[in-house]
Order: sequence, then C-alpha cells, then structure tokens
Amino acid sequence: MEFGLSSEQTLLQESVSRCLERNAPLERVKKFVDGDEKRAADVWGELGAMNVPGMLIAEEHGGIGLGLLEAALVAEILGSHVVPVPFVATAVMAPIAIASAGSETQQARWLPELARGSVIAGAAFTEVIGSRLDARVRYDGGALSGKALFVLDFEADVYLVADENRALYLVEANASGLERQLLTTIDRTRRVGELVFDKVAADLLPGSSDSEVCARVIDAGRIVLAADTLGAANEMLSKAVAYSKQREQFGRVIGSFQAVKHMCAEMAADLEPCRAMMWYAAHAFDAIVNESRLTACHTKAHISEVATCVARTSTEVHGGIGFTDELGLHLWFKRIGANRQLLGGPDRIREEAAELQQLTRA
Amino acid sequence: MDLSYGERYETFRQETRRFIEANAHLAPPGRSLAREQVRVWQKLLIENGYAARVIPREYGGYGAELDILEARIIAEEFARAQVRPGLGGQGIAYLVPTLLELGTEKLKRRFIPPTLRGEMLWCEGYSEPNAGSDLASLRTSAVLEGDEWVVNGQKIWTSTADVADWIFCLVRSEPDAPKHHGISFLLFSMDTPGIEVRPLKTMAGDSRFNEVFFTDVRVPEDQIVGERGEGWRVANNVLGHERIDLGDPDATLTRLNALTDLMKSETVDGRRIIDNPVYRDRLMRIQGRVMALRFNDLRLLSARLNGKDASLAAMIVKLQGCELRHQLEGLAVDALGELGILFEDSPYLRAEGSWQIMYMFYMGLIIGGGTAQIQKNIISERGLGMPREPRVKT
Repeated sequence: MEFGLSSEQTLLQESVSRCLERNAPLERVKKFVDGDEKRAADVWGELGAMNVPGMLIAEEHGGIGLGLLEAALVAEILGSHVVPVPFVATAVMAPIAIASAGSETQQARWLPELARGSVIAGAAFTEVIGSRLDARVRYDGGALSGKALFVLDFEADVYLVADENRALYLVEANASGLERQLLTTIDRTRRVGELVFDKVAADLLPGSSDSEVCARVIDAGRIVLAADTLGAANEMLSKAVAYSKQREQFGRVIGSFQAVKHMCAEMAADLEPCRAMMWYAAHAFDAIVNESRLTACHTKAHISEVATCVARTSTEVHGGIGFTDELGLHLWFKRIGANRQLLGGPDRIREEAAELQQLTRA
Repeated sequence: MDLSYGERYETFRQETRRFIEANAHLAPPGRSLAREQVRVWQKLLIENGYAARVIPREYGGYGAELDILEARIIAEEFARAQVRPGLGGQGIAYLVPTLLELGTEKLKRRFIPPTLRGEMLWCEGYSEPNAGSDLASLRTSAVLEGDEWVVNGQKIWTSTADVADWIFCLVRSEPDAPKHHGISFLLFSMDTPGIEVRPLKTMAGDSRFNEVFFTDVRVPEDQIVGERGEGWRVANNVLGHERIDLGDPDATLTRLNALTDLMKSETVDGRRIIDNPVYRDRLMRIQGRVMALRFNDLRLLSARLNGKDASLAAMIVKLQGCELRHQLEGLAVDALGELGILFEDSPYLRAEGSWQIMYMFYMGLIIGGGTAQIQKNIISERGLGMPREPRVKT
C-alpha cells in the first residue's frame, strides 16, 4: 500500500517549479497582468519543452501519457506561481474529451497539436453546471446556436463546447458565425470569455452521446482547478509565515505573537489535509472510478472553502501592505477567488454531491 | 499510488472476518464495564492475535511482527462488524507503548502483562490545579526517604481515577532543577494509603473525571520510568501516543453515517430534515471535511509504512479531528431541534442521548490532551518554524 507521491512525481513538481522560477517570476506575471498580451508565449513555450501541454495525451498522439494526478500536481505548481498560461481546458478537459469521445480523425487532427502546445483549446461548460443570464447552447441542424459564458482558457484556437444535452463539440475559433468577447475578471492571470454562436458549424465528438463523458470532463476540470487553488493557497500561507518572521512591531517579529501564530497554525491545519484530498481525488479519477464523482465534487468544494479562508487570513497577516499591489499578494487572492466560482461554486457543487448520493428529492 | 493492501492482506482480512463472525456472541456489549466478561474477551483476542498483537510474548502479548496494515485491518473489521475490539484506555494505549520504549526489563515484566489482561486499569496523573497548559510547572512533590518516595500534592482532570487500580504520575522530585528537568514519572497503586479520589462531574453528566489528593503516599523507589528528573521526556512520549489516539477519522466516519440516517428519518412538519437544503448543505460540508481528514490519515498510514516524513500532517490530527467531531455531533443536535435538548431518562430521547452527550464530550476533548491553543502553538512552532512567545521573567 502506498498513498503518497513517487519520486518521479516529486521530481515532476520540482522541475516545473524550477522552470517557472526562471521563466515566470513575479515581475513577468505582473507584466502580463498589466499589459495586453494575449498569450505569454515565452512561458508557454518553456512549459511546452517540458511536455506540460501533452502530459495527458497518449504517446501515439505525441504526448507523454501521464495520469490526472500528474496533471493536478503540475496545476498545483502553476497555482503557486500564479502563472499566466492556459492549462485546465487545453491540457486537461479537451485532451480527456477528445481521447475518450472523439473519432480517430478528430484525435489525429487535434491531439498532436494540443500535445505540442501549438494549438490551445478552450472549454465552454458553464451552462451545463449552472446557467447564468439564461445563456444556453443548442445544437440544431448540424450547427450550434446560443451563448456560452465563462469559457476557460479563452484565448484559444479551438473550443470544446457542451450543449444543453451535454453532448460535446469542437468549434474552431475562426468559424463563421462565432463571436468572441473577453470578459474582464478579478483574475488577470488567466483569460475567461463569452462565445456567441449563430448557426456555427460544429464537430460532434461521437462518444459524447453518453452524458457520462461530459460529467467526467467536468470532474477532471474541477480536480485540476482545486489543485491550482491548493498551490495558490499554500503559497499564501508560506508568504504569511515568511512575512511574520521578518516584520517587527512592539520590538519583536510579529510571528512571535500568538495571535499571528494561531492564524498561521489554523491555515496550516485546514490546508494540510487538502493535499491528501487532492491526491486522492486525482488518483481516484483514473483508478477508483466508482468513488471519483463524489470525491471530485467534495474536493473542489472543500479546497475552495479552505483556500478562501487562507487567502483572507494571509492578507490579514500582511497588514496594509497585503492590501496593496506592492507584494502582488492580491494575484493569489484573486486566482483563488476565480477558481472558486468556475465550474461550480462550493454551494452548487455540494448540492451535486447530495444528488449523487440520492439525498435530494427528485 | 497503490491503494490495494495486496493479496496477503486480503487473506488476513478474511481470517479476521471469520474470527469475528464465529466469536462475536462472546463479546461484551457496547461500553459495558463488566470486568470479568471484558477480561475473558480480551484473553481470547490476545490468544488469537487480535489484541496486543505486536507486544512480545514474554510481556503477555501475541508477539507478531509490527505490521501497520494488519493493525489497520483488525480495526476496520471490528468497526465494520460493530463488535468490541481489544481493550484500549490510558494503560494499554499510552503507558504500555512507553514502557516498551523506555521501561526497564523489570518494569516491563511486572506491569505490561496484567495491564494487557485488563486486570490493571490505569489513570494518568498529569494536570494539577495550577499546571494545565503549562504542565511542566507541576508541584506535586516526591521526596526520597530511604527506599521510598513520599508523594504529596494534588492532581486534577484525572479520568477514570475512580475505577483505576494504578496511576502513572508526574511528580517534582528535583525542586532545585530547572522546571523541565525536575520531574519524575512514578507508577503506584491507587490502593496505597494516603490517596483520596473526589469525583468531578462533567457537563456530559458522567463522573469518570476526578481530583486526586496525595498525603504522604509511600511509593517504592524502583517504581519509576526513566531516571530521576527525566520524567518530562517520558511524559512527552506518552502524549505522543495519546494525540494519535484522539480525533480518529474512522470513528468520525461511523458517526457521519449515523448522522445521515438520522437526517433521513427525523421529520419536522412532516418533512424529512435531509429535504431541507440548509441542513443538507451543512451535512455535505461536514462530509467533505471528514473526507479530507480520512485521506490525511491514509497519507499518515502510508508515510509510516514507507518511512516518509509527514510531520505537519500528523500534528494537525488532534486539533482538526476533535473540532470536526464536535461540529458533527452539533449538527445532529440541530437536526433534532427541540428533541436535541432531551437528556438522560426523558421520553422521546433519540439514540440514548448519544448526540447530546458526544457533542459535550468532544467539547472536553478540544480542551483535554493539550488544548486547541497549545496544539496551535505546536503547529506554528514545530510545523511552520515560527518563533516562541518570549518568556516572561518570573
């Protein structure tokens, strides 16, 4: 029995982390956040060289065929560095959907390019989780119409779109009848947007007539967002501890006051079990399928709740400077805040967890 | 990742299951304290390797090699069958492991066998009225006169002192040494003249909580674990065993399942509690937290098996586990509403009042065994490397 990371998995996290320390330090992230670049091509290129975009894609399609746990471990590092690159849609949801429900032609067309990172995929799933502003996507006569909001990894070349029946389609970004609008969010490290479809030709993933495919893709997205959140929250805790050991008031470092120590201890006590939870959920997605839906739900909901509290507490430990742009602490705060709502906020997801256990009346 | 226990362990699980099925009728019911029946059951369990499994035979155990997965399987299967497992308590769960690590051969042979058999029940003489969180400032004194220690002083919050046969007790034997170096760890019979036990009734209604007074209690010189003045180290060894024991996530899962059943069966205005989305969400929140702690426990189990470090993950168990359990029991009380205030012999009482009792009992465990605040000091200082509070000169 082993429930822990292998040396290869630890090494993967360390090497991605070293790569990001070199290529995406805070100054680089801030340049992206304050500028109008669409893609941080330099950072994405470095991650491409490490096979990050193709980590879930089979070797026959040019990827390296790892599991969701490895993807989640990388997401944790991306979150801890608040890296301005796409990941959850292009490296996780789209590869899983295309590999499990795409035709051979679709797989051959898209997977090698996704694996290289030369094509980026977005993902439009909000409406099957909880539609806002009455948005919906309908498939009729071979084409999609309607609207999809909060599309993940929005600066993409192709979109994976779920329609109102949970069937999945691929739509190219330059398809005729497709309008795209960027939505400015609190989190400027990743792009989210809106797609408006006016009879847009769409390529159905044939296997997605089984609605379980859509559910699995959402589960994977939720686990990976939770991992990103875990990484960001853990970094906020580390920053709070480091700051408290350096900042002096009343003639001593503030980290020697129990009021501050207990805030940090509470963050650590809440956060540490989230690590095992993320591992388990990601492992279960591939290996213990009968537990994976419920675990994915609780993992996204619980880690979001803990991280929201950590984000607030860490900012508080930093005092006034934590509220300013100086340290960039708000980038982590906002990333945690955005991850919390995307693919279902905690309250919505807990209701799903109850439904999965037949605890709700139909 | 490999979450299967493997074939050898599945065989062991089947054997355990067969043993339980064949013998469950002999097990004492619930938390019964009928000592003779408990002893007979304990003897059967030890003989078959389901209690004291890894304690060497010369000390009255079964003598198997330490195998954490076997221990885990035994715990899981007895819990699943809801059959009483081998004895625990301060003697078996805390003192015996410490004696095995730090006791002399003579002490091990004298004290471990009767403790394992359930013939020697222990209580833990640690806290004093003026030594709670600051335990090392304890003042109960022990002065060596000839070949006997003479003990004077008072202990408090001493669970089971009213029924215990023996006490393991922290005393100040070196009054001139710095406070952590002046303590010794003595073992003595509760029948020794000069001991008075006064019960303290707790909020949960039981009186297994006591004050213990010592007046010229004479203890043979050799009933000491560790050297004179080394008692603090011994006490911390015991506390290490104690804190792993508190906040056990498997027990919490059993309660969560019972809570879910309760919310499906209780109604208000003819409507099931579980159908109220507010209560349902509270249940789901707790379920998520129970899940996180169970996976944390799995990580600790694996780390112990594979010799990996997971010290922060271990340090948080008591703090998180007891708090979560308290909130879980509290949700059940809320789900019961007015029925949740009924107590003891009242009509309409649900589950023998266990939700109310456990809600209060866990209030006690948040404080006992090192308060939540002391746990947070430990997590921040040892886990996160934050500085100690500067000491006030006295």
